[in-house]
Amino acid sequence: MSVEREAAAAEGLAVRRRTVELAVGASAFALGLVVMWDTHRLGAGWEGGSPESGYFPFRLGAIIAIAAAVIFLRALLARESEPAIFVTWARLRLVLAVLIPMLAYIGVIHLLGIYAASALFIGAFMRFGGGYGWVKSAIVGAATGAVLFWLFEVQFLVPLPKGPLEALFGY
Amino acid sequence: MDELNLLMHGFGVALTGYHLWLMMVGIVLGILVGVLPGLGAPNGVAILLPLTFGMPPTAAVIMLTSMYWGALFGGAIASILFNIPGEPSSVATTFDGYPLAQQGRATEALTSAFTGSFVGALAGILLITFLAPVIADFALEFGPPEFFAVYLLTFCSFIGVGKERADKTILAMMIGFGLATVGMDTMSGDLRLTFGATSLMQGIAFLVVVIGLFGIGEILVTMEEGFKLEGKPARMSPRAIFETWAKLPRYWATLLRSSAIGCWMGITPGGATAASFMGYGIAKRVSKEPDKFGKGAVEGVLAPETAAHASGTSALLPMLVLGIPGSATAAVLLGGLMIWGLEPGPLLFKSQPDFVWGLIASMYLGNLVGLVVVLLTVPIFAAVLRIPFSIIAPVIIVICAVGAFTVHNSMLDVWLMALFGVVGYLFKKLDYPIAPLVLSLVLGDKAEDAFRQSMLASKGSLAVFWSNGLVGVITTLALLLLFWPLISAAWRRLKPRGNGGLAASQARP
Repeated sequence: MSVEREAAAAEGLAVRRRTVELAVGASAFALGLVVMWDTHRLGAGWEGGSPESGYFPFRLGAIIAIAAAVIFLRALLARESEPAIFVTWARLRLVLAVLIPMLAYIGVIHLLGIYAASALFIGAFMRFGGGYGWVKSAIVGAATGAVLFWLFEVQFLVPLPKGPLEALFGY
Repeated sequence: MDELNLLMHGFGVALTGYHLWLMMVGIVLGILVGVLPGLGAPNGVAILLPLTFGMPPTAAVIMLTSMYWGALFGGAIASILFNIPGEPSSVATTFDGYPLAQQGRATEALTSAFTGSFVGALAGILLITFLAPVIADFALEFGPPEFFAVYLLTFCSFIGVGKERADKTILAMMIGFGLATVGMDTMSGDLRLTFGATSLMQGIAFLVVVIGLFGIGEILVTMEEGFKLEGKPARMSPRAIFETWAKLPRYWATLLRSSAIGCWMGITPGGATAASFMGYGIAKRVSKEPDKFGKGAVEGVLAPETAAHASGTSALLPMLVLGIPGSATAAVLLGGLMIWGLEPGPLLFKSQPDFVWGLIASMYLGNLVGLVVVLLTVPIFAAVLRIPFSIIAPVIIVICAVGAFTVHNSMLDVWLMALFGVVGYLFKKLDYPIAPLVLSLVLGDKAEDAFRQSMLASKGSLAVFWSNGLVGVITTLALLLLFWPLISAAWRRLKPRGNGGLAASQARP
């Protein structure tokens, strides 16, 4: 047992690097095939003495598929004396603790507009992610939202998505 | 001495109150972006770019390039005081910068780093001032085959010279090209790879991809690695600054050497990160006291910073004269040029002399202003770094989301940013290089046009890429670089006995 594996055992399960290599390789291979299929439909050859619009991308798709296949096979055939770890679950939880709130934040932008959603996101992240008190979190969140609003709606005059809260103030 | 006249004219363009104000704003924002991990120069410039659409191009490019200088300066602050590189190009600065700070010589380290950066930048700008017009004149003769050959050379050199695995570099690069083809084809009007989605008709904005890959991807990686700051106090006494300056001339050889390395790595797509490591490595090798490196040698700070800044600056040379960016940030700036309606390439020097020479003059001013500003504001930015990551991280995500939205005023772009954030995280952890992806995404359409025009002219014969001496040499060189990993592996396998068992064992990865 290597040190890394013992550490992984202590922290719980881990995702192996090889698994992720294989998954990324397979997805890229599929992507290459999709590109080839779509551009083949457009015409990937020559017509009237000039290359068709699918000519260049079709070949790109082919190279993507080949490179992905090589990566996949090399990962599959590589002999490891000890499995390399991509990420332990304990650390993956940290990543998901940013990723999932971020996706929720983008979803909430559709409902509340970007200013209110940003204020909520920063406040909630500080409260639940950073362990700050309610008051401090709310103040920092609201202040960031207000600064953003002032910068974009008032200074730069760049319209960002707005929701019911801004409508209340007549924007 | 035509260049000097043109440069003087450029100073006339650049030296207005409005431009100097934008320069200051750009530099301060740039230092901030450089100091904060997870917010680097490429995505900082990408986020700010949409806000400049309404500005005159010269003003916009001065602000954005100033941000780039600021970020290059700022990377050193986090490296020296906190032992975390704010930018990939300042990783090598931590080796001796942080030990110096631990010994209470932070001012000396910071002053050396900034001054070295300034010297490196100056070397890069001098190179641009005197070499760029010459190359631009030369490149005026280029036709589509020559341009395609130069693009090919750029991309192949990533494969041949890059330290990442060739298959991964190729995949990343081709995905960039693939993303560039999404949307309406400029030559035929066909819709490519949109799968019936009207929102994809105008294509995938490279800015969104950059913000996702560099901004969100970096946040996810930083979060996973656990982010703890134990910084050294930063008080810059003017006396220590001047004492350091008095000592610097004795390192003239290091400064010159690193400037040369940086300029070379900037013009070729080697990049600032590689330049900084090379600068550090060579300084250590030729030093009379190599043992001092890693324990707080001033040269160990000077060498990488000078090389990184020289490389970052001279990366703008190929961007201006050939339309080929030498770094990821230069690629973003190139995209900006196209959005502002300027066609980068040799013609730019003839058609937009005010813009080109205004920009070059602003580089001199910007780096001088940058040096002063960064020396004065170190304590402020060190304080910014002490803000806990649980506040910084969501704020950066919000800024990225706003930046992605403003590109096309579309929420789809914000979702795409999140998607590319995950891709960036996976790519970073699996050692896929990201710079070639960005470069090919920005250059994809132009490379394809050059290829198709060459093919049209030659009626489909690839021999057009060897039709004259110049294009033939470039193409051959490109192919040589493309197959370099195979050639060198074969070479080692053919000559296993020359170097004994060592070479043979190296051949098998």
